[in-house]
Amino acid sequence: MHTIYNFVSGPLVWASFIIFIGGTIYKLFNMGFLVKKKDVAVYAYASPYFGFRSIFRWLVPFSTLNMRKRPLLTVVSFVFHICVLALPIFVLGHISLINESWNIRWPHLPDPVSDAMTIIVIASCIFFVVRRKVMPEVKFLTETSDYLILAMVAAPFITGTWAYNQFAGYKIATILHMLSGEILLAAIPFTRLSHMIFYPFTRGYMGSEFGAVRHVRDW
Amino acid sequence: MREPGADVKYNIKDDDIIKGASFLTDDKIANVINEVIKNETGAKLRAYVDTCVHCGLCSEACHFYLSHDNDPAYSPAGKVKQTMGEMLKKNGNVGVEAIQRMSEIASTECNVCKRCSMFCPFGIDIAYIMLVVRRICNKLGISPKYIQDTENSHAATMNQMWVKEDEWVDTLQWQEEEAQGEIPTVRIPLEKEGAEIMYSVIGPEPKFRAQLIYQAAVIHKAAGVDWTMPATPGWDNSDMAMYTGNNEIMGRVKKAHYEAAMRLKVKKIVMGECGHAFRSVYDMGNRWLGWKMPPIPMIHAIEFYADLIRDGKLKIKKKYEPPVTLHDPCNVVRGRGLHEKARYIVSQTCENFIEMTPNREHNYCCSAGGGVINCGPPYTKTRVEGNKVKAEQLFRTKTKGAKTIIAPCHNCHGGIEDIVEYNGLHMDIKFFGDILYEIIEKPE
Ligand code: SF4
Ligand code: SF4
Ligand code: SF4
Repeated sequence: MHTIYNFVSGPLVWASFIIFIGGTIYKLFNMGFLVKKKDVAVYAYASPYFGFRSIFRWLVPFSTLNMRKRPLLTVVSFVFHICVLALPIFVLGHISLINESWNIRWPHLPDPVSDAMTIIVIASCIFFVVRRKVMPEVKFLTETSDYLILAMVAAPFITGTWAYNQFAGYKIATILHMLSGEILLAAIPFTRLSHMIFYPFTRGYMGSEFGAVRHVRDW
Repeated sequence: MREPGADVKYNIKDDDIIKGASFLTDDKIANVINEVIKNETGAKLRAYVDTCVHCGLCSEACHFYLSHDNDPAYSPAGKVKQTMGEMLKKNGNVGVEAIQRMSEIASTECNVCKRCSMFCPFGIDIAYIMLVVRRICNKLGISPKYIQDTENSHAATMNQMWVKEDEWVDTLQWQEEEAQGEIPTVRIPLEKEGAEIMYSVIGPEPKFRAQLIYQAAVIHKAAGVDWTMPATPGWDNSDMAMYTGNNEIMGRVKKAHYEAAMRLKVKKIVMGECGHAFRSVYDMGNRWLGWKMPPIPMIHAIEFYADLIRDGKLKIKKKYEPPVTLHDPCNVVRGRGLHEKARYIVSQTCENFIEMTPNREHNYCCSAGGGVINCGPPYTKTRVEGNKVKAEQLFRTKTKGAKTIIAPCHNCHGGIEDIVEYNGLHMDIKFFGDILYEIIEKPE
């Protein structure tokens, strides 16, 4: 148990970060070269002003027609994404670990807040699963991998509360928590989770085309 | 409702898709698919396919989806799944039957109107993907028959309607004479080198709607415009090759068009009220030829008329009385942001204006665009029944009192005409040119 713990909390952490960062850089360069080789016009039409205008517009809740049409989903999506991104960075447990190793720290979230955020993430994942199951237009598009991705996102949060609240078997849960977090991180560049990396580019390009060439909004 | 992977009985309606497919083998199909994907697509397609999170948020953008009681098979991402998605998943080994259906989906169940790109959080360009599918089908010889015929006409005559050179000139002279019957000083100046503008129209204008050229001549005369038209190929600004995916022919046709203007040494091209032609001259043809923007300034009739009115060159005798509504054509609104200029013309020329909703860049496509109307009679039902929401939108506007629909685009015109007739809406459809011709002070 101990050796597994050490392995998961040591080398694997490094590995997952290296895969995540390296993979992201690889994917971006790869895409950049591909653009240069095959879609070089993309560079010609990319407009920083209109690109960022579109990127920021789509990052503000209820600022696009489609977001206003689906208020529940808009709220869930935004809250979910904020929690997924912020929680791992600002949860006390993570910060203390980093502090122990490197003696740096930054403000952390109060425990009740991180608890609530964890529940929000898990509940949102359930919401997304239900959405995939019951809404015909989503069901039609859904592949097994879409459920897998949701499971991958939910896993570190489920095991996280489990370990934190010291439910039965929490020692295993701690290991599973670290392991699932590492898998999630490493998977980002190589699965559809890469929408996180490519969002600014696809959105920015559409914003450039609509704004600079077609002189019209894209939201 | 179709389930993914469920067996669907295809009922292909188009002769060319059926006949073309009889020359195909599974290998040939796979080769062409992989060739196009490998050689002609790149980062855009990759990024779109990898980034799509299968959220279905684009569905409600599409009139086909909405008009089929939210059948997911008609949703934008649903159409990608059934076409490009399959091609990629199976490495091109989709087989003869499936590729026929893919041709139908891409060519007749999507108007490449880009409304869905405004609904997708990632700005995924479904229309682009559909055009790649069409190109693959075109290379396989299974584009729908009627639009294939227009492509052939473009290739052979540089216009869409098999109009011969002498027929073109004859038509202009005939319209000039007709117009001179009303106003003796009206001219249709042919081949006038150094004129201010070259006026270009789509192939179907001389063929079916020649009175529009007559009207344009009168409007130009009234506004004192220094204009000309070429007597040679290049007069037609339309482009169905762009929509079959035959980019090589699209490039040739656009080149002829730009070159006609350059030969005539005009300052700019003004094109008639057409949406897809605008897209091909302003957005797609130039790119294929390597021009970031068109090599010669080019404006759509909406912009042209708005400027003439603003500059006081056109005097309005009496505003148009019946209450009007305005259909925003995707290709000049989502394609060029001309919606406010169009509203300016309406405000200056019509007594009574009733907005349809949604409007401006969010307007529903007419379902004729993107070459769908050009796929001809086998698909009239597909597009008319595939746009129930447009009928409802028009009906709502009618109940608010609108009698006339202004549709400043040829395809929209035809598409809306069919929708109005099929649904018994009894509304008039007009171009801005029709309205202006009716209400301006005409020269002696
Ligand atoms: S018809 Fe328009 S909204 Fe529908 S899929 Fe095609 S481009 Fe998108
Ligand atoms: S909205 Fe965009 S990401 Fe979502 S399914 Fe449609 S194309 Fe894919
Ligand atoms: S025909 Fe009109 S509404 Fe339809 S796609 Fe073209 S511009 Fe859009």
